[in-house]
Amino acid sequence: MTPPVLSVRNLEVEFVTRRAVLRAINGVSFDIAKGEVLGVVGESGAGKSVTGLAVIGLIDPPGRISAGEIELSGTRIDHLPAEEIRRIRGKRIGMIFQDPLTSLNPLYRIGDQIVETIRTHTNLSETAARKRAIDLLAEVGIPAPEKRIDGYPHEFSGGMRQRVVIALAICAEPELIIADEPTTALDVSVQAQIISLIKRLGRDHGTAVMLVTHDMGVIAETCDRVAVMYSGRIAEIGPVQDVVRNPLHPYAKGLMGAIPTLAGDDKRLVQIPGSMPRLSAIPPGCPFNPRCAFAFDRCRVERPEPIQQGAQSVACHLFDTAKETAA
Amino acid sequence: MLAFTLRRMLQAIGVMLAVGIIAFAMFRFAGDPVNQIVSIDTSAAERASIRQSLGLDDPVLVQFGRYFINALQFKFGVSYQFRLPVANLLMERMPATLELAICATLFAMVFGILMGVYSALRRDTMLASLFQAVSLIGISLPTFLIGILLIYLFAVTLGWLPSFGRGEVVKLGWWTTGLLTLSGLKALIMPSITLGLFQMTLIMRLVRAEMLEVLRTDYIRFARARGLTTRAIHFGHALKNTLVPVITVAGLQFGSVIAFSIITETVFQWPGMGLLFVQAVQNVDIPIMAAYLLMVSLIFVTINLVVDILYTVVDPRLRSTVGRTA
Repeated sequence: MTPPVLSVRNLEVEFVTRRAVLRAINGVSFDIAKGEVLGVVGESGAGKSVTGLAVIGLIDPPGRISAGEIELSGTRIDHLPAEEIRRIRGKRIGMIFQDPLTSLNPLYRIGDQIVETIRTHTNLSETAARKRAIDLLAEVGIPAPEKRIDGYPHEFSGGMRQRVVIALAICAEPELIIADEPTTALDVSVQAQIISLIKRLGRDHGTAVMLVTHDMGVIAETCDRVAVMYSGRIAEIGPVQDVVRNPLHPYAKGLMGAIPTLAGDDKRLVQIPGSMPRLSAIPPGCPFNPRCAFAFDRCRVERPEPIQQGAQSVACHLFDTAKETAA
Repeated sequence: MLAFTLRRMLQAIGVMLAVGIIAFAMFRFAGDPVNQIVSIDTSAAERASIRQSLGLDDPVLVQFGRYFINALQFKFGVSYQFRLPVANLLMERMPATLELAICATLFAMVFGILMGVYSALRRDTMLASLFQAVSLIGISLPTFLIGILLIYLFAVTLGWLPSFGRGEVVKLGWWTTGLLTLSGLKALIMPSITLGLFQMTLIMRLVRAEMLEVLRTDYIRFARARGLTTRAIHFGHALKNTLVPVITVAGLQFGSVIAFSIITETVFQWPGMGLLFVQAVQNVDIPIMAAYLLMVSLIFVTINLVVDILYTVVDPRLRSTVGRTA
């Protein structure tokens, strides 16, 4: 059996501040197989983006990976020296950031930025790299790429710039693409195009995709599996149909209940009371317990471990039937 | 682009006109010019005839028009103290000032950018803190004091460098240069450092602040995510973006360098326009003062124009917005 493209085991990320050590990621584990799209959802500050940055090795001091392992196609990459992880970035892992308006250097032609990236990771000549850049721009759906390649970023619209960013992310045929809220800054009509583009590229090249977003619509449409994050932990992870139709974790339930539908039922949207705790004040036990309607004594003292429920895995004491009966 | 350049040139002409009025006004406010020329025992009739021959009886506007048209042809009148055309005096002194100003600016740019980049990239090192401390000294110590300290150390105590003058100069047509002789080059070192030190610290602090700012931007983070080498990110992407404001400041500062050379030239007895101006002030030599004012503002205005145009060359975003609005 081939190892998954990305395997994250018990990842912990800490930020050392003058006052305290803040744990932004606390024991996160997940796999992404070849060609699979994993969605990562959660509120702002749940640790979605930090997880993505940890995988690609871009956690800057005072942040650091304090525990856990990250494997890319079977080789460990979390403790590599800076120069080696740099060779992996852009070549084996491509990254797409949230805001296409600021992701490109305004002073360089987009062609030069693509050629620069290609030539950093391959031995292609200037002309060959330029030809490849034109092909890439065509592939991500930029019209007249042989002309547009000499344009500057400000001459492109937001959606077109995000296409250029995607072309940059895939220019070395990476095994994994990390897309950090790739559509948040875009128009709704453009969002759909970008999402289907990412999906198509993943399918055509067999690339694994880690899609960080807080848009459940995007998740439902695009992903094969989804991980729901809360306070730096994965509350629930499983196939997208199961998690969306039949969420198990009370937080995931609340999240799905807060999605408006067009089906026309006039019920009020359910909202989760309270807000996510700050990193400096995560409650003991299950971090969700102060907001959870089902919380009982054990939730306030003991941290729940992931429990397999069919295809889903959920970190909640409610599903710990074995222990409940034993107790 | 052309319309933009033309508009800027029109503005420049407006500024020069205003300066022209001020320069002209100096003649009228600094007392009767006839008194500057004649001796005490000149008769009233003689004074009147001189007044008439110089055109001082004409209406003010006519006089200003004449002054302006003459100034356009670089005729600034005759110096009271040297009895020579002011234009010739300035032309003779200009190479010295320009060479000094260019050397000082080059010194400031090269060291300012190097030190700024270093202290931005290696923020926590001893050397970076040292640069910061030096830059504080450079900003707060007055120019003449630095010049005198340098003279004391390198000319008086160590005897390595000459304490005054330009050394031997070589004539190239009307231009005289000190760059081709050893003594000329040696004489250039201390005045250049003195004149450029303030600009250097300014550029260093600017580069450091801009670089730190740029390193925090999304496109630098994305450049890192693309796996570019640290070198390419720091000295390609970050430095180019850093240099946009630095070009403006360094360009505009070139004007001040020329203007401030008055002090440095006085300290080092550098035979440039600044020294000429100081002597003119001491002797109430209005034609030289007025012409110097015009010259310096012409240089300022020209530099502003060049910087504006350079800006659009470096930053493509300005190129198209400029094209669109114009």
